[in-house]
Amino acid sequence: MGNDVQYTTQSPDSLNGFKAWFMNKLFMGMSMSEYSRSLATPFNFVAALILVVSAPIFTIRYVKGLATVLHATNEYPWGLLLSWGIFAGEPLFAAGFVVAAAYYIFGMKSYRSLVRIAVLGGMLGYMFAASYLLIDLGRPWRIYYPMLINFGTSSILFIVAWHVSLYITVQLLEFSPAILEWLGSKRLHRWATSITVALIIGGVILSTVHQSALGALYLLTPGKLHPLWYSSHLPLLFFSSAIYAAMSFAILLAFVAVRYFKDKCDKEFLENTPSLTLGLGKGAAVSMYVYFAINILAMAQDNKWGLLFTPYGYWYLVELLGFVAIPMGLFTIGVKNKRLKLTRFSALYAVIGIVLNRVNVNLIVFNWNQPDHFHHIIPPWTELMMIAAMITLNVLIFRWIVNRFPVTRELHGYRGMH
Amino acid sequence: MSEIKKGRQTDGSEHGMTQDAAGPSSGLTRRNFLSMSMLAGCAAIGVPSHAQAMPEFEGWPKSYGMLTDFTACVGCRSCERACNEANKMPAPDKPFDDGSVFEEHRWPSAKALTVVNRYKNPGNPSSPVYRKIQCNHCLEPACATACPIHAYTKTPEGAVIYNKDLCFGCRYCVIACPFNMPGYDYESPFDAKIVKCIFCYGRIKEGQIPACAEACPGGALTFGRRADLLKLARKRIVDYPEKYIDHIYGEYEVGGTSWIYISGVPFEHLGFPTNLPKKPLIELSKGYLSMVPVIFTTFPALFGALYAMMHDKAAGKEDSHDKHQEVHNG
Repeated sequence: MGNDVQYTTQSPDSLNGFKAWFMNKLFMGMSMSEYSRSLATPFNFVAALILVVSAPIFTIRYVKGLATVLHATNEYPWGLLLSWGIFAGEPLFAAGFVVAAAYYIFGMKSYRSLVRIAVLGGMLGYMFAASYLLIDLGRPWRIYYPMLINFGTSSILFIVAWHVSLYITVQLLEFSPAILEWLGSKRLHRWATSITVALIIGGVILSTVHQSALGALYLLTPGKLHPLWYSSHLPLLFFSSAIYAAMSFAILLAFVAVRYFKDKCDKEFLENTPSLTLGLGKGAAVSMYVYFAINILAMAQDNKWGLLFTPYGYWYLVELLGFVAIPMGLFTIGVKNKRLKLTRFSALYAVIGIVLNRVNVNLIVFNWNQPDHFHHIIPPWTELMMIAAMITLNVLIFRWIVNRFPVTRELHGYRGMH
Repeated sequence: MSEIKKGRQTDGSEHGMTQDAAGPSSGLTRRNFLSMSMLAGCAAIGVPSHAQAMPEFEGWPKSYGMLTDFTACVGCRSCERACNEANKMPAPDKPFDDGSVFEEHRWPSAKALTVVNRYKNPGNPSSPVYRKIQCNHCLEPACATACPIHAYTKTPEGAVIYNKDLCFGCRYCVIACPFNMPGYDYESPFDAKIVKCIFCYGRIKEGQIPACAEACPGGALTFGRRADLLKLARKRIVDYPEKYIDHIYGEYEVGGTSWIYISGVPFEHLGFPTNLPKKPLIELSKGYLSMVPVIFTTFPALFGALYAMMHDKAAGKEDSHDKHQEVHNG
């Protein structure tokens, strides 16, 4: 990665000029050989290795069927790939809507420098969620069926399908100003920024519904999901935990930017990040208290206290105390004492807690009363490899965009326009 | 769901008549209930209201069912063979007269729509109990509720059928089914589909009875109108109280199933889930579904107003200061 990157915002005037302009954009101002040399890093080597090893696995999945590479049984139809890719991923990727709402709707002006990186993280995440679905669906070429062919209007998954696909579109539009600035198209840029507020409100609605709908999916399974996790409050639990997951994820995104993309960040981004990290930490702590309280409420409402003293009860306590209460406390201490490192650590801790909760609901405590339950839920190595490949791709594309597009900085000539 | 909806309406108008006959006060209560649930819904997003404002769907009238009497089942697996032939399924790994299959716990799958398992009899270890397992054909099936493409239909005859030409293979029906009945064909890359018992829907339409019931030599399977079968089951329990436990499985579980069961041993010993609610599972997600339009109508106004307020405040800080002064002086 070059340090002195020249970005041109001039439009090309001839075909040759266009080629030079475009290559300049792609290679970040470097020549092709310079650019290729800059790619030879240990990180890229590991990433390439993961992708090369997993490529045949993806091929086998599409040629030989799901059973060959995924944990696919009738008792556990949604394995770790979906638990991770959709159920654990989407609350984190709510980062885009939470930060955008804070800035555009709640008028928290200081969050402006974080909006784009949060929207980018969210947008990529949702596109990857759709890609995980394309791996896991038995007939992925029919992915549009709930939208165009036939409508299961009583289905929560129908709601999820519609909202996720609409929200991906909204996020693309939300992020489009950054792409248009990169391409230097001022007229389209003006149009794209003029519809921002409507988009943000639309995004808030779509996110609220589908984050809660992910929890509502399990309302149909009172006999299968362990009663400590099953509750009529599932939609609310999923929604409220998505809020703090999103804030924690935004903290981590900002950290990654200032730590690994420092040369791509402008002064405003670097100066604002510490105080915004603490601000987001405060928000995360508050929403964790809310989430914790709803958990207690659900427990009291269905009088599930007795279940706490069973093996699954201990596991529930590990999740609720070890992965909600502790990061919640750490967030509080970190924010109160303005300790940046502790706040960032709490964010990571909270994110791990969310992943644990979603994997729990989806896999670990689902069909808990089946014989040999734990024996059944261990995924094959090929499934883990596919997950690793998807994460790698997500990181690589994120890096590619942050390196080129004005995500963590404002381009000259567009200052204050969004 | 169109056919089910039609059923709801027919059913609803009947209920409506009884409601009217009961007097105007009951209608008022219902309306109050409805508005109360709306208010409660607004207050807490996603908390399903338990108000049963709509009349309940109690199944298609005169639909068929099957009574399975486990005390009469001898484990001959004739039903498995007949099912395999009637549905043109591939030949099984072990022949149908091979008793060694009882050593393992089998389950319906893409390869077999029904299986017979052997269970220990807690009261009498020398005489095991055999249980035939297949889709129970719920009166309000969770698989049909769950399907985002409406590939499932509960037919008026009682069968829950599935259209593989619509399915995109999400397997939410497999998640939702309280009995773990839909089997997904994970092996096929291009023709992956759900495989489950369809109550020999084609045979029923032609006036025949399902293949398994026709093949059963021991009288363990009785095909008929579900309402009649319930009476028959109850009569057997009353006539032979020492032989049966006093429970017809499927009469009320998840709103009732077309296949109903009587047994000499408690159902939990036969692998039946006994932790299921008596109401149809769709009732558990209805409250949430009704919240979605509420969010769509209130959020734009709410957040639009918030946006306007924040921007007004930013533009006219001094104004608000003056107003504050006025109020203070007044």
